[in-house]
Amino acid sequence: MFKLWQFGGGVHLDTHKTESTGRPLRDAGLPEHLILPLQQRGTSTAKPVVAPGERVLRGQLLARDENPLNPPIHASTSGIVKAIEDLPLPHPSGLPGPCLVIEVDGEDEGLAQEPMEDVRDLPVEELRRRIHEAGIVGLGGAAFPAAVKVDPGARRRIDTLVLNGAECEPYITCDDSLMRHYPDDVLGGAEILLHILGAERCLLGIEDDMPEAIAALEAAKASGGYERIEIVPVPAVYPTGGEKQLIKVLTGREVPAGGIPADAGIVCQNVGTAAAIHRALVHGESLTSRIVTVTGPGVRKPQNLMVRIGTPIAHLIAQCGGYTEHAQRLILGGPMMGLALPSDELPIIKAANCVLVAGSELVTGEKQALPCIRCGECATTCPVNLLPQQLYWYSRADNLDRAVEHHLADCIECGCCDFVCPSHIPLVQYFRAAKAQVTARQRERDKAAHAKTRFEFREQRKEREKLEKAESARRKKELLERVQNDAS
Amino acid sequence: MRFDTAPSPHLPPANSVSRLMLLVLLALVPGILMQWWQFGPGVLINIGIAVVVAELAEAAVLSLRRRPLKPFLSDGSAALTAVLLAVALPPLSPAWMTAFGTLFALIFGKHLYGGLGYNPFNPAMVGYAVLLISFPRHMTAWMPPADLLPQAPGFGDTLALIFQRENAPVFDGLAQATPLDTLKTQLGLARGVDEIQSVARIFDAIGGKGWQWVNLGYLAGGLWLLRRGLIGWQIPAGFLVTLFAAAMLGFLFDPALHPTPLFHLFSGATMLGAFFIATDPVSAATTPRGRLLYGAGIGLLVFVIRSWGGYPDGVAFAVLLLNLAAPAIDYYTQPRVYGHGS
Ligand code: SF4
Ligand code: SF4
Repeated sequence: MFKLWQFGGGVHLDTHKTESTGRPLRDAGLPEHLILPLQQRGTSTAKPVVAPGERVLRGQLLARDENPLNPPIHASTSGIVKAIEDLPLPHPSGLPGPCLVIEVDGEDEGLAQEPMEDVRDLPVEELRRRIHEAGIVGLGGAAFPAAVKVDPGARRRIDTLVLNGAECEPYITCDDSLMRHYPDDVLGGAEILLHILGAERCLLGIEDDMPEAIAALEAAKASGGYERIEIVPVPAVYPTGGEKQLIKVLTGREVPAGGIPADAGIVCQNVGTAAAIHRALVHGESLTSRIVTVTGPGVRKPQNLMVRIGTPIAHLIAQCGGYTEHAQRLILGGPMMGLALPSDELPIIKAANCVLVAGSELVTGEKQALPCIRCGECATTCPVNLLPQQLYWYSRADNLDRAVEHHLADCIECGCCDFVCPSHIPLVQYFRAAKAQVTARQRERDKAAHAKTRFEFREQRKEREKLEKAESARRKKELLERVQNDAS
Repeated sequence: MRFDTAPSPHLPPANSVSRLMLLVLLALVPGILMQWWQFGPGVLINIGIAVVVAELAEAAVLSLRRRPLKPFLSDGSAALTAVLLAVALPPLSPAWMTAFGTLFALIFGKHLYGGLGYNPFNPAMVGYAVLLISFPRHMTAWMPPADLLPQAPGFGDTLALIFQRENAPVFDGLAQATPLDTLKTQLGLARGVDEIQSVARIFDAIGGKGWQWVNLGYLAGGLWLLRRGLIGWQIPAGFLVTLFAAAMLGFLFDPALHPTPLFHLFSGATMLGAFFIATDPVSAATTPRGRLLYGAGIGLLVFVIRSWGGYPDGVAFAVLLLNLAAPAIDYYTQPRVYGHGS
């Protein structure tokens, strides 16, 4: 038996997984148009390399960016570039950003495939470059660029690759579906990652309530001879699928505060990312589609769909038989950490794992918050061992220094404390606001410090110039005196 | 289609204050039934008086403070405070005393500090302590358990006695000292525990006669709370284990001066205190290790007050004293945050 560790806290939630796993995985088909946001992480925007009116093929590069945090964007089917314009982004604010719109022509014509070399013959840098070029970002929800993550720097030695198949949020089953149908891609991707990282072993954490996915992976492992990969069922507790929590459960190690998993000798990737890496490096496919769970009491036929990146959510809902009369809230992601979207015209992005249409039973409406009764439930359930109640007091009192002292920055915003709080205090909202304030304050300080150095620098320069002037005046005078003396 | 955008989490909350309070009230039922069976219906009448007074006081204070009535009245916290105070009072306490204690608990113990969630002291124990200090004779005179009485008063008689009507009937031996009290005064007269227990009829196999049943009732309710995860194990465990250990030391040291550890566990307000009073979240320590210490502190103080203090039982004062210490305990027992080294 593989030895498992424990992180404190967490909650047992109703999983609601069978709603979507009850139907087979199928292709969502082609929508009428695709919307591809040009900005992924950070603030820089990818520059289009195609112009409106141009016909593009599936897999063709559409836009690229110098910034490694913003990997290139590819067409996910063939069509005409209709516009490059500001459109609402899939975010609760619905604020617009630059997007590339493609009118789909229905041919789904792809770029000609070049024959691939054997991955093992290529240098590691080349493999990383190709991962970047294929536009692969983490598919677990955070969308961190995969190529950056598999480059932990020369100083860090990686011994363990952790693959995250834990999928602990209720309702979401896209990774489950992926592991059932494409176990070879997952394990093949793991093998490539082991090669790139020079790691000894891969631990694939999967929640123990996914027997079919576990069986599929085990079978693929046996037939593919992947000896360095261990498939480890982990208890189904939320948030076991949190990167830090899964690392703790599988290895007993903790990611040091303020650090990254590589500081503990570990790189963690989502199983979907591993599969995408395999598709890219072995089959030459860029990241242009992913599995998305469309589920919840608000859709008629919950299921998993293979979706082209950029597909408007409304198309997926139509594929699932439309809304039911319960549809009240559209959530991108799971119920614990997902973002509520204002409209179903918004597109599926690479990080979108689930479209949850919540009904009245999920949406609580205006719940009246009572004062904190100091019951400590929040502390008991916090997987990071924070004291949310204290953080709440400090955040509310704008006592940011104390909140930072109580490790506000370590909050992973998992929502456990919020969920169990009997006084219905929106704790996570307070923490998000406090974190934003801390960041803003830090920025102010940096700016002030910057201005101060600039000021000091200018003062110094003025001082120097004054001294120099005085010096040259003195020299002139000296010279003059000498000349006069010589003359006399 | 357009949708509303609320922040996550998007799940109905797992619990609510009113549900919590209701379940704690429910868990008190076995203990209350035992008290009824052993000491007559006085406890029910006391609960009735206290709850009515508490709800009225709560409503009055809330409207004085211009706070919304509905969410706070329905949170159940005033009723819980009232019941906890009522079950701690002698079964035939005069109605005015119960009402006064309840008013004091709610106004001075709770609202003057800011109401629900802000009170540093357990309000029920504030009310209890004030009554104990102001009316020590009334407060230490319990009636003996029913089977020691030649004639137990019925419901109507109890009502008449509590409301001190002119025509209230007279019963023999209704007001007596509790076993803890008896022990304390008799030990003061240089008698040994053995001798006292063999003479007085109010002692039984493990605790005080009647009292052991009441304690078993509260223990049962408390264990149910634990099983449902409505209270943590740390405070009751810290309390009971420490009380047991201290009592065991005393007993081993000099059994003539100290009753058995079991007597301590099953007499007085031990189980009520361990599971229902010390666990009041608002005024207790909040960190896991802090709660263990907090419970242990109460257990130790209960033993000290019972053995050497000026009052027969020590739960109320022990709880109030540890309430004082809770913030400091919390400060020194913060858990190690993930990723921060040990
Ligand atoms: S769970 Fe809510 S009420 Fe309980 S201590 Fe935490 S913040 Fe306070
Ligand atoms: S949201 Fe933050 S404070 Fe709350 S349980 Fe999760 S990590 Fe802890």
